[in-house]
Amino acid sequence: MTALLEVSDLVKTFGTGEAETRVLRGLSLTLDVGEMAALLGPSGSGKSTLLTILGTLMKPTSGRHAMLGQDLVAANDRALTEFRNLHIGFVFQFHNLLPDFTALENVVFPTAVRIGRETPAALQRGRELLTRMGLEARIDFPSANLSGGQKQRVAVARALMNRPELVLADEPTGNLDRASAMQVMDLIAEINRDEGTTFLISTHDEKIAGLCRRQIVVGDGVVTG
Amino acid sequence: MLYALKIATRYLTASKAQTALLVLGVAVGVFIFIFMSALIGGLAEFILSRTVGDISHVTITAEDRDPAILISPDGMILAVIERGRARTATLAEAATFVPLIETVPGVIAVSPQITGAGFLTRGAQVAQVSVTGLEPGRESAILNLDGYMTQGSARLGAGLIVLGETLADDLSLRLGQTLRLQSSSGVSAVLTLSGIYSTGNGMIDASSTYVSLSTARTLFALPQGVTRIEIKLADLNAADATALRIRALTGLDAVPWTDGAEQLMEALNAQAQTGYFLKSFALITIVIGVASALLLSTYRRRPEIGIMRAMGAGRGFVIFVFVTQGALIGLMGGLSGAALGYLALLPFPSRDAFEVGTLPMDITQGSYGLAITLTVIGAILASILPARAAARVDPVTAIGQ
Repeated sequence: MTALLEVSDLVKTFGTGEAETRVLRGLSLTLDVGEMAALLGPSGSGKSTLLTILGTLMKPTSGRHAMLGQDLVAANDRALTEFRNLHIGFVFQFHNLLPDFTALENVVFPTAVRIGRETPAALQRGRELLTRMGLEARIDFPSANLSGGQKQRVAVARALMNRPELVLADEPTGNLDRASAMQVMDLIAEINRDEGTTFLISTHDEKIAGLCRRQIVVGDGVVTG
Repeated sequence: MLYALKIATRYLTASKAQTALLVLGVAVGVFIFIFMSALIGGLAEFILSRTVGDISHVTITAEDRDPAILISPDGMILAVIERGRARTATLAEAATFVPLIETVPGVIAVSPQITGAGFLTRGAQVAQVSVTGLEPGRESAILNLDGYMTQGSARLGAGLIVLGETLADDLSLRLGQTLRLQSSSGVSAVLTLSGIYSTGNGMIDASSTYVSLSTARTLFALPQGVTRIEIKLADLNAADATALRIRALTGLDAVPWTDGAEQLMEALNAQAQTGYFLKSFALITIVIGVASALLLSTYRRRPEIGIMRAMGAGRGFVIFVFVTQGALIGLMGGLSGAALGYLALLPFPSRDAFEVGTLPMDITQGSYGLAITLTVIGAILASILPARAAARVDPVTAIGQ
């Protein structure tokens, strides 16, 4: 398998002096292309911090972070923003859609913000993704009017809009009922299988983790299993 | 950046009531700006028209020649011929210059005149008066005699005299009566009162008399030429430049009305400065209002800004979204305020028809374009601080909120 991303000796501290908290303590991890991995660990173990660093939303205090052969520690904000837009998709626990926009407008956002407008091609892909998520009847609905499960499926479609190599999902089913959670996970598994998109899913749910082919356990700031 | 414009518009339309209030606030500021511009401008016009409107804007006065001097071969002054006090200085070639001056751009009337002093006698009553000889047909070229007539006609002819209401009352004169006018040159003429005017200016109404130019020639023993040429301009603010031009054209000493009117100019400048202050305060209010509203919006939309940043929106994009909101608010508020201002000024009488008891508003001096432009610029400047704050939002913290 080809490595999609590699982090090694990753350290992240918050605060200084006596208030300094070391969240990641030399964490190393490799994700291969096409993997579907669950990130497990108790609260405060550093899962969310790791996802944030992998998503280029935060830089590590020290250590190496590379994806697609690019050193992301040395990159500046502009380069990271561009990299994130092209290669990484996010699914958050609380969907985090733009409330004043429709489902389709939310989905095409990552492409439109890069190109500077909503092109017909982008809108077409957005519709296809929403149809695939079973939301063809909700395409032009304001996102605020969708149910929790529907919002999360829109969030998955948005994460896939730019055909990213990696999708980071932070408790994507944590706020959903069991049926909606399984529906979202089925979609993720299907996309992983059909398109080879790599997924790293942070979860506390053993059942959800069991749907992933690999389980990565984080404890006390390092990978423990 | 079309997409940033779409997002900015969506944010504004998503909170319609808030946006409407914000635009209304800006519009009120613009309205005040326009209202103040029209009032200050109108007031200045009103004061000028009342003080300077009926006087000559550029005046050419005959100058006494320098006294002749007899100098010896070794440079000693042997004799000085003293200037004759009895003789009035004249503009001998006025007839040549008048048509020339009339061609100068901005000149709307030229009035060659013979002026002097005299005594008006009716029976035992005597009044000291100023006498102005006007060319028939040009009686209202400078002072609007026709407009001020209360009795009779302003038309001057041989043997006719027009004078003010106060003077007529003082001498108990009625139209058609004859009276004797003796000039400072000692020449007397018997004249018929053909018109009585009232300008509202006490000095003019009590002591100024008007006769025809030919009558004045007789009275002041001036067979040719005039003593002064008065010139009226379309734009009295152009007096300085026009006087220079006339001076260059004729070689005569053309003096603009602004010479000697320093106090009036200072008062008008002070008034204009007051207007600038008031308008600046209106603009500052607009800027503060827009800045605070957008800062609030930035704070409220922090999670969304975080999501946008996470999805690949750069800091520049976020700044553009908020600056565009500021510009749109400024434009909408500016246009609304300008329209409101124009509508509010419509009922006021026009510049030429100011009435006592009304505000001398000048709808043409509303500075509408300037108000809109400054408002848009001010709103853009006001939005920069909130926009920069928005661009600095940490997506991790914002998404977690």
